[in-house]
Amino acid sequence: MTQASNAPSRRAAAIEASRARALARTPLQSMRHGATHSLPFLLVMVPFGMLFGVVATNAGFDLAQTMGFTILVLAGASQFTAVQLLTDNAPLWLVILSSLAVNLRMAMYSASLVPWLGAASQPARAAVAYSLVDQTYALSIDYFQNTPKLSIPQRLGYFFGTAFVLCGAWMTFAYLGATVGRAIPDSIPLDFAVPITFLAMIAPALRSLPHMAAATVAVVVSLFLVGLPAGVGPMIAAILAMLAGSATEVWQVRRSGGRA
Amino acid sequence: MTYSNAEIWFTILALGAGTFLLRYSFLGAIGSRPMPEWFLRMLRYTAVAVLPALAAPLVVWPAATHGQTDPVRLAAGAATVIAGYATRNTLAAIVAGAATLMIGFYLS
Repeated sequence: MTQASNAPSRRAAAIEASRARALARTPLQSMRHGATHSLPFLLVMVPFGMLFGVVATNAGFDLAQTMGFTILVLAGASQFTAVQLLTDNAPLWLVILSSLAVNLRMAMYSASLVPWLGAASQPARAAVAYSLVDQTYALSIDYFQNTPKLSIPQRLGYFFGTAFVLCGAWMTFAYLGATVGRAIPDSIPLDFAVPITFLAMIAPALRSLPHMAAATVAVVVSLFLVGLPAGVGPMIAAILAMLAGSATEVWQVRRSGGRA
Repeated sequence: MTYSNAEIWFTILALGAGTFLLRYSFLGAIGSRPMPEWFLRMLRYTAVAVLPALAAPLVVWPAATHGQTDPVRLAAGAATVIAGYATRNTLAAIVAGAATLMIGFYLS
């Protein structure tokens, strides 16, 4: 379902070799592998974690409150949303609802992990849920889909490897931002770190026509719905994009004579 | 800010609990029970649906320029996608995007 149809055979051989290596790893080695794969994202987690610490502190939150957000909510975009709305003295119900709307996509991530991690123990699934953020999700689902035969402990190992590095960095640098950070120079276009990371995570995953159809619909619809309240437009765009991807897949299977 | 300490902690706890429930929803409730094929088929495209939907408006109408389309940021977004697609490597994509952004800012 995820083979590139016109990839050169050299690439196919490389994918096969990386699959064999993935299957040979112990859960602990899978964890180290996940941690290594996460390192590029530190380029984003480190400055953004610090930025949250600085912004929250400057807005008047004390260290315990700042770390309360960082450890109990652990979701960058919604933390910034909540701090911004609280700074504007918005009613609390609006703060909570708006910030939760930003996190609605997490339910979709949760559903999409069920086929891969649903058979794990209850505490393991709860721990995965706690540390389910865009980066840990995107890295892990790509790893799982590339090597479908991984065991549950190998999958959990990889996921927790990414979570340890990425969530650990988010907490550590939010703390440093809140305690020693003063300001982030305006000359660094930090706003753009988030879209670049998201695009960098999905561009390598565009390996088939249905994946491209989904991404295209997501981009076009989200641009049309930009006027809706925070988090709602991208949600609608994402659902339509998932429908487009699966419809394209069905169409491809029918055209090739019913072979799944 | 005009909230009491208790109000802020109430917000933090409500957000934390709500976010955890969103993340735990399907993983916790469904577990290893089978899901319908059409639903699984849709879920295969979650990542390539959600992340571009979040990124596209940020690329085209950046908050930092108050929503004004910025050629440098557009070019950086395009460079990220092209490099990521061509190399199949996330780090290469991030470096290409960041380099384009830096060069663009230096030139403008």
